[in-house]
Amino acid sequence: MTDAHTAGPFIAAIDQGTTSSRCIVFDKDGRIVSVDQKEHEQIFPKPGWVEHDANEIWTNVQEVVASAIAKANITRDDIKAIGITNQRETTVLWDKNTGEPVHNAIVWQDTRTDALCRELGRNVGQDRFRRETGLPLASYFAGPKARWLLDNVEGLRERAEAGDILFGTMDSWVIWNLTGGVNGGQHVTDVTNASRTMLMNLHTMEWDKKICESIGVPEQMLPEIRSSAEVYGEITGGSLGDLLGGTPVASALGDQQAALFGQTCFSEGETKSTYGTGTFMVMNTGEKIINSYAGLLTTVGYKIGDKPTVYALEGSIAVTGSLVQWMRDQMGLISTAAEIETLALSVEDNGGAYFVPAFSGLFAPHWRSDARGVIAGLTRYVTKAHLARAVLEATAWQTREIADAMTKDSGVELTTLKVDGGMTANNLLMQQLADVLDAPVVRPMVAETTCLGAAYAAGLAVGFWSGTDELRANWRRAAEWTPRMDAETRDREYKNWLKAVERSMGWLEDES
Amino acid sequence: MARNIQSLERAAAMLRLLAGGERRLGLSDIASSLGLAKGTAHGILRTLQHEGFVEQDEASGRYQLGAELLRLGTTYLDVHELRARALVWTDDLARSSGESVYLGVLHQQGVLIVHHVFRPDDSRQVLEIGAMQPLHSTALGKVLAAYDPVAHSEALDSSRKAFTDRTVCAPEEFEHLLDLTRARGYAADLEETWEGVASIAAPIHDRRRMPVGAVGIAGAVERLCRDGEPRPELVAAVRDCARAVSRDLGAARF
Repeated sequence: MTDAHTAGPFIAAIDQGTTSSRCIVFDKDGRIVSVDQKEHEQIFPKPGWVEHDANEIWTNVQEVVASAIAKANITRDDIKAIGITNQRETTVLWDKNTGEPVHNAIVWQDTRTDALCRELGRNVGQDRFRRETGLPLASYFAGPKARWLLDNVEGLRERAEAGDILFGTMDSWVIWNLTGGVNGGQHVTDVTNASRTMLMNLHTMEWDKKICESIGVPEQMLPEIRSSAEVYGEITGGSLGDLLGGTPVASALGDQQAALFGQTCFSEGETKSTYGTGTFMVMNTGEKIINSYAGLLTTVGYKIGDKPTVYALEGSIAVTGSLVQWMRDQMGLISTAAEIETLALSVEDNGGAYFVPAFSGLFAPHWRSDARGVIAGLTRYVTKAHLARAVLEATAWQTREIADAMTKDSGVELTTLKVDGGMTANNLLMQQLADVLDAPVVRPMVAETTCLGAAYAAGLAVGFWSGTDELRANWRRAAEWTPRMDAETRDREYKNWLKAVERSMGWLEDES
Repeated sequence: MARNIQSLERAAAMLRLLAGGERRLGLSDIASSLGLAKGTAHGILRTLQHEGFVEQDEASGRYQLGAELLRLGTTYLDVHELRARALVWTDDLARSSGESVYLGVLHQQGVLIVHHVFRPDDSRQVLEIGAMQPLHSTALGKVLAAYDPVAHSEALDSSRKAFTDRTVCAPEEFEHLLDLTRARGYAADLEETWEGVASIAAPIHDRRRMPVGAVGIAGAVERLCRDGEPRPELVAAVRDCARAVSRDLGAARF
């Protein structure tokens, strides 16, 4: 028996997420020693707009770090480094002389830049910058959000051109503040976060002058692009300076990339999928930049110090866990999310029903905004239990579609899928995933893969861990589901699913 | 006829009074309706309120029926909810103990495995969710039989087959084991089900202090035991895990 969490030293990781900020302290085996978490306000000024108060976030980050350290009952000498992972694309601009944000941060889900993105597409359309950035012009990404702020905050463009304004995603904001803020704070970002701005060229790993100019973001406000695992600076000053002064700030990774890192997907073809409200699937494509023709995003996986950049393909599914919530809250067919499994297990199969949850259109790999949700194949025979099955299968089949797209783009077959996130508690869903993917599905023992990834990267940067092999050795399988469905059934069911998907398209008539 | 307990009769009368219509009643209304002194009525109401059967409106101070009464009819905890709540704690138990972890609930005459975490080595293991284990010989089964009256009668009614020469089958001896389990707060199975395999388990309680399941570890007897006894640090880890899951389900600290 390994001893409980007593022996230091430790690594701390900050997860600055969409709804909350957290800090987790890990030991050398990658086990959780302590956790603290604090939610922040979601600000909705108009329909489709979502903002965060960057000052509130910075206050919360300091609180959760202090509290996690206190709960672990350790001191600064026990903490070898601190790492950061963050909600991606959320954009904040601040005054470098006062440290004050010039506006609330614009959150990744915010759609205010829809029209701007269409305008930026000019005659080319949403793929105008795809070759350089790997991304389609969509409202998620940070560059157009910065442009919106420059256009809409009084006098901001002049101040930016005078060099008084700094741009950052949440990693930059937290690192700048941790390393001193107005007193010499480091204005940096990591390659994964930079790859979500639409301003970085994936081939040179530098800000793309032409694109910055086209989008209208002055280059002097952009942070320096650094690797994901290196010492950016030390914690200084302020309340955390007293507590953790001198501790190296040694990693930054966007949340999904951090999960890839935490799942130790260090080899080409290794893939992780995080099942929450929505689902994010990321495949390591090694040192190759793979242009997607199947509607996936090309992005940076991570970069450790001066080692070569590792790229990734990413596919996201908008509605997975939220479909179960919909069954609970809107339909009232279950009283807790976990009960979906109980209901689904009361029947043998889906009874011929297929549920395509295209609530706001179809995303990867179809990209059809004119689609809306359908339940196909209904007969008198179908019960709510069959629908519960169809709900879970919808997540499994959507995963299969992304996996197929990844194979098509990369030429690499999925050999194993590493999963994490809340829905991995659903045993039936995990079995369905293995069945429809015809590949084993494995769940690791540490559920907090996102924070773990940031801790791992920080630990590598300061030599706490020797290398990725040691991290791999830390990875423990908590469960594995192996495929049990015969090929004939799988093929027939997939065909039926695709027919149902077909039927969801073209519902809205005024969009293409 | 045996004498009835007066305070329970009065509590029942209060609940009937409050159920009499869509209304909230003040303390003096309740006391005078039932012919009780205010102090007596207040004592009973406070107890009922503590148990969740009665709620007091903050603004008016009046009493109404509590949400707990609604839950009485639907007492059972969904096993998938139990698994979701147990997930992080059972992972941690596997990690700290180095053994496989099982979560079991009573199902018919046995223990249904509803959650399983692999032993954290790189060996091939098969997920055993959905498997059944015997009630009378495994640590999970003994915990359920010790704490859950239904499991207790199932275990006593069953034939209690001897799987090994260490299996305890005689009713008095079995009852003694259950007494010991309740006194210690955990149960062990030292090669009583499978040769060479030991297990240790502890009870999970819900917010009403009802036993809803058992969580435990199983592995080679040489690793789990020292000098013929379960290793105390493993027992502590199992009990910590059971307490953590219980707390997550809303049970009071114990």
